[in-house]
Amino acid sequence: MKRKLICIACPVGCHLTAEAVEGGNIEVEGNRCPRGKAYAVNELTDPKRMVTGVVRCDSPAVPFLPVRTSEAITMKLIAPLLAELRKVEIHCPVAAGDVLIRDFRKSGVDVVASRAVGK
Amino acid sequence: MKTLEYDVAVIGAGAAGLATAKVTSAAGYRTLVIDREDFSGGVLLQCIHNGFGLHHFKQELTGPEYAGKLESEARESGADFQLSTTVIDLKPQPDGRKLLIALSPSEGVFQIYARSVMLAMGCRERNRGNIGIPGTRPAGVYTAGLAQRLINMSGLLPGKSAVIVGSGDIGLIMARRLSWSGIPVKAVVEIRPFPSGLNRNIVQCLNDFDIPLYLSHTVSRINGADRVESVEISPLVNGVPDETAAFTIECDTVLLSVGLIPENELSKKCGVAINATTGGPLTDAWRMTGVDGVFAGGNVLHVHDLADFASDEAALAGMRICDYLAGRRPGREDAVTTGANLRYVTPNRYIPGEDIQFFMRSMVVDDNAVLLAELNGVEIMRKKLRNVAPPEMISVNIDGKLTQSGGELRFSLLTGGDK
Ligand SMILES: Cc1cc2nc3c(=O)[nH]c(=O)nc-3n(C[C@H](O)[C@H](O)[C@H](O)COP(=O)(O)OP(=O)(O)OC[C@H]3O[C@@H](n4cnc5c(N)ncnc54)[C@H](O)[C@@H]3O)c2cc1C
Ligand code: SF4
Repeated sequence: MKRKLICIACPVGCHLTAEAVEGGNIEVEGNRCPRGKAYAVNELTDPKRMVTGVVRCDSPAVPFLPVRTSEAITMKLIAPLLAELRKVEIHCPVAAGDVLIRDFRKSGVDVVASRAVGK
Repeated sequence: MKTLEYDVAVIGAGAAGLATAKVTSAAGYRTLVIDREDFSGGVLLQCIHNGFGLHHFKQELTGPEYAGKLESEARESGADFQLSTTVIDLKPQPDGRKLLIALSPSEGVFQIYARSVMLAMGCRERNRGNIGIPGTRPAGVYTAGLAQRLINMSGLLPGKSAVIVGSGDIGLIMARRLSWSGIPVKAVVEIRPFPSGLNRNIVQCLNDFDIPLYLSHTVSRINGADRVESVEISPLVNGVPDETAAFTIECDTVLLSVGLIPENELSKKCGVAINATTGGPLTDAWRMTGVDGVFAGGNVLHVHDLADFASDEAALAGMRICDYLAGRRPGREDAVTTGANLRYVTPNRYIPGEDIQFFMRSMVVDDNAVLLAELNGVEIMRKKLRNVAPPEMISVNIDGKLTQSGGELRFSLLTGGDK
């Protein structure tokens, strides 16, 4: 069955069609670059998303620190990840890019700070 | 009274102001960046999602990461910062300098004399008054940017269930942010027949959460005594709400994402003339306003959907500020006009024979349009554009070789059968 998708790997937003064909391969059309094909294959097998959010921080000036995943994470782990972020509290100073949670539930994806906060 | 003297005073430390400051301070001009907030970055600090920097840094960043990089670049180039400081007045002086009156909690009122000024004050959001939704006046109606700031910077949740008015990127991003924060979004309502935001945001901010998008619909009433209780949504028929087909959705929160207005109170105070279409200053080819030595860029000039373009534009203005301070002037300038299917073009003038970058907005949606540039009615450039739409700004470079003879430079957008 052909599935219509819109690639979200960059803001161009190519319209893709993807179809599982014999031999377990997935055929993709409409992508303007290889990232589009990888996106479509993922969408049919194990869709992933970047997650951004905030966590508590002990700086009076910046009470909530923005964070992001190091790369797109499987959608199945987004709800548990958001629940985890609500529990975390960071002690400053922190630099942008500092790893706050390493390899969340063995997904290979870290949570990193996306802003620097001084003491 | 404390008095400071600078070559360049940049008002606003957002994506625009920081990019200007980097350019002018790297060229050796003493530059002061002033912002009323305690941190630099402007609206970027509340835009915690990714999607920034693809043009400017060739790398996908979150808003705060993008702001952090710009700030480091400006500081490393030697720019000074005066934060928690509001500029309350801007007055051209008889000797050509500009006098800025500034106010800060720690220093009270003080003054800054600058040889040139960069207006980079950004914009503010249109609110309920600007669009006139009928109904009661309960609590629970927020602009999307305000809700974004509350959730992302103060950790406060605006309500328990929401309807979002407007399908621009800010509204879509907020639909995901609310969903991830445990606040179900019951609908996004868009007055136009097409979504205003990027496709990728429709997918990852609405479809992922099964949020319905009502195109060609409008919120015809907000109900509730103290707090919002429900909204009434009506389809538009020939541009008029058809209340016989209206339906009601219960929610306690309404977010308005209905456009931005350039923040030009200060510009007007110092005599800058405003373009009625963009709401921003009229400028020459150097992005200098009608007031000598006062330049503008970013959202204060016209509303940008991409922070990267705001930075690029402001960096270009920064280069011209350096020219200005070195005693150069634009010289001969000719008019830039807008033809078919374009709402506006900026800058409004160009210098014959010089390379220049223009930004413009379409009035139509077309996935296969042609941008046409004509000089005195003769075609000089034609560019194919995929996916033009009002929300997506068009940027185009014109080679100076094409405009050597001068005259009226006119841009138009050919769609459908006109090509
Ligand atoms: C809510 C919102 C969400 C957005 N989301 C995205 C997105 O997802 N992706 C994207 O690419 N773009 C996005 N944009 C657009 C992009 O972020 C902006 O175009 C860009 O950041 C604007 O930069 P700026 O420097 O012109 O304005 P701003 O960032 O608004 O900076 C203006 C600064 O000037 C200061 N200021 C104003 N007046 C004074 C004064 N009198 N004295 C002192 N300081 C003053 C303000 O405090 C502010 O810090 C968004 C814009 C908004 C408003
Ligand atoms: S296919 Fe490539 S160009 Fe098209 S949206 Fe995906 S990443 Fe962007």
